[in-house]
Amino acid sequence: MSRRTLELSVSTPTMGADGQVRNVPLGVARRPSESVSDDFGAEHMLVNIGPQHPATHGVLRLVVELEGETVKRIIPHVGYLHSGFEKLGEYRHYNQIIPLTDRTDYLAPMANNVAMAMAVEALMGIEITERCRLLRVIACEMSRIISHLVWLGTTGIDLGAFTPFLWMFQQRERIYNLQESWTGARLTTSVARVGGMMADVPEGWEAGLRDFVQTFPTTLREVDTMFTRNAIWIGRTQGVGVIGAEEAINYSLSGPMLRASGVAYDVRKDRPYLGYDEFDFDVPVGAHGDIYDRYRVRLEEMTQSNRILEQALDRLKPGPVNVADPRVILPPKSRAMGDMEAMIFHFKQVMEGVKPPAGEVYFGAENPKGELGYYLVSDGTAKPVRWRIRPPSFINLAALPRLCEGALLSDVIAINASVDIVMGEIDR
Amino acid sequence: MSPEMKGFILVSVIKLLVIFTALLVGVALLTLMERKVAGWMQNRPGPNRVGPFGILQPAADGIKNFIKEETSPAGASTALFMLAPAFSFVPAMMLLAVIPLAAPLPLTFDFTLPLIGRVVHDGLLPISIADLPIGFLFVLAIGSIGVYGIALAGWSSNSKYSLLGGLRGAAQMISYEVAMGLSLIPVLLLTGNVSFSEIITKQQAGLWFVGPLFISFFIFLVAGFAETNRLPFDLPEAESELVAGYHSEYSSMKFSMFMIAEFAHIVTISAMVATLFFGGWDIPFTTWDEQGGLAQTIATHVAFFLKMFFWIFFVMWIRWTLPRFRYDQLMSLGWKVLLPLALAYIMVTAGALWGIERGFGWTTPREQGFALLGLNVVLGYLVFFILDRGRVVRGVGSAGRPVSVAGEG
Repeated sequence: MSRRTLELSVSTPTMGADGQVRNVPLGVARRPSESVSDDFGAEHMLVNIGPQHPATHGVLRLVVELEGETVKRIIPHVGYLHSGFEKLGEYRHYNQIIPLTDRTDYLAPMANNVAMAMAVEALMGIEITERCRLLRVIACEMSRIISHLVWLGTTGIDLGAFTPFLWMFQQRERIYNLQESWTGARLTTSVARVGGMMADVPEGWEAGLRDFVQTFPTTLREVDTMFTRNAIWIGRTQGVGVIGAEEAINYSLSGPMLRASGVAYDVRKDRPYLGYDEFDFDVPVGAHGDIYDRYRVRLEEMTQSNRILEQALDRLKPGPVNVADPRVILPPKSRAMGDMEAMIFHFKQVMEGVKPPAGEVYFGAENPKGELGYYLVSDGTAKPVRWRIRPPSFINLAALPRLCEGALLSDVIAINASVDIVMGEIDR
Repeated sequence: MSPEMKGFILVSVIKLLVIFTALLVGVALLTLMERKVAGWMQNRPGPNRVGPFGILQPAADGIKNFIKEETSPAGASTALFMLAPAFSFVPAMMLLAVIPLAAPLPLTFDFTLPLIGRVVHDGLLPISIADLPIGFLFVLAIGSIGVYGIALAGWSSNSKYSLLGGLRGAAQMISYEVAMGLSLIPVLLLTGNVSFSEIITKQQAGLWFVGPLFISFFIFLVAGFAETNRLPFDLPEAESELVAGYHSEYSSMKFSMFMIAEFAHIVTISAMVATLFFGGWDIPFTTWDEQGGLAQTIATHVAFFLKMFFWIFFVMWIRWTLPRFRYDQLMSLGWKVLLPLALAYIMVTAGALWGIERGFGWTTPREQGFALLGLNVVLGYLVFFILDRGRVVRGVGSAGRPVSVAGEG
């Protein structure tokens, strides 16, 4: 066999049962019953997609076994972005964990910040203020919009349509500017604190958001014109990567992935937090569980998020953002420098951190990509004994081999895009 | 060698130099135009750093590509790996040779050059490198060679992405060549000739063929897109799937040659569309351009350039608008839609021409043109609004499927 034949170039030498060294394709643990050869004795082609590839949305690696262009097997490999967030969290005060959450789902950092603060507050039984609640709703829905915008843009690129990507990023830029003026950072927002927010929104910020809310639907309509009835788009997405409702539940999918399959499960509706039950919004639900329905669901979710933002802005009244408990919230620096008690609390806060009672809590929030769960075990000290993330991307990604059954190589890219993964969260 | 022969060779060499220089510079400027068009569609300025309005960007890109390192993957079949870009580049450059760029120029000269001797030219000078009697057959034949470039590049790179891209490219170009060739048969039926200058003359006498042969025009345009490997048919490259497809492993000038070939293909296809279906250098609603002379040659060249330019822009417009087909959809579009349509249209056109000539006795190009135009309006409606609805791409039948909305709770 010459070098020219399609040998499995990506391989690791492994010791077989008979003591012989064999070359096994990297990461493909093959059962003896499975053969690399098809009925005609020709070998399938193993294609390594990623971790450096234009369409893997980060450093996901897919080992795809192809027969022609039809996928026979697909194995996702994760871990290239492993940062040990969960372990790091065990050595940090609760408020210090919040910057770590920025970096998990880095396409929707504010939603993660809020979910983390909510989890700790649930553990401590803190009731947040009205303004804080609305600001958090705004932060979550802004995150939902930017996350879906990135999803829509990158999925468009994966299917060959480049232009909407830049339209999406223009709108995303507007939210990023708002994020920046609120938190000082575009990505590492760290906006929430246990018992309140890092800061109130600056002056004129609400007007800026209102401007966005009013003009944003135009872009959504443009994308709708570009994609929704586009024959090529429909041909590429309808009936591709289908997963039924029952199976979707069995795979523990959540978020738009689950709703596209026809299950109307949305944490905001089913286990309302942040007073989402007071807002008037709809949960879009698909029927076919294919890429097209996921696209429609996400597109509609952006419209609904926009509605929520509008309502939240209407309700936003001046008032305190943080709870008035100095054991939870850092006293302002101006007071800490002049007031003895404030200074003591400031010192204790910085040195010791927030101390929730011993116990454990699971807080699930409807993140853009699905249900984000934070599970905390506290032993009464200022640091968690265990911090566990339920990353929606990771669990949704687990269904990828099932979704790609019998698909073509091009479909793998489209399906992978439709899952909406973010590697920071998967590898955490 | 006779002075007339020397005169012929002299003007041919000059034409060759001028047209190829113009093509290469034009291709370079097209890369800038593409980025500007993309910028315009994407609400951004596009390249504007190098020179005024980024006009020197192509030069900067060219210099960059020249000084990049030449790489060749381990295990590549070196000879073919080196040859493949040339296989792509040369045919793409040759294609424009036969297309008439303007009305023939009456040119008479008689003088003596040192070393060469007396050169004489007398009569009409066709403004194309060669006004071949085999016309568009030459374009189809030479265009087919381009597929070797892609297939060999894919195969010789010893890379799986390249291989898949090369296979896709070969299959795609061969499939669409069939439809493209067949779509030109009605043109042949109507003109009785394959030479471009004859086709233009016929269109001047009658109607631009886009009217009488609308379906042919449509098939040719779609197949032309596929031939240039541009979106929505850029599967051989498919940057989100195959990284860069058949030219993944190429760098430096070898990559540039693929790039130039692609843009030269765009120029050729646009020029073909303009020539075959939009009257070539014909200026509509006037016969002034047919009298001959320098002014006419220049004016007709401007007319031709504008038509070609529109189609170049159209190709870019589509590229930044549509998503990409999937491989099987592309194949079924080529074989199941365009090919039968082209075959059926040949039958219909031939039958209609026979009927028009025998039944009605209309033999002038104008009469035939209007009769076929009437037929094509009906046919076009039939094809695009009745036959085709929901057939081209699977799933179009359920277009615009709404998502239901779960109520409160």
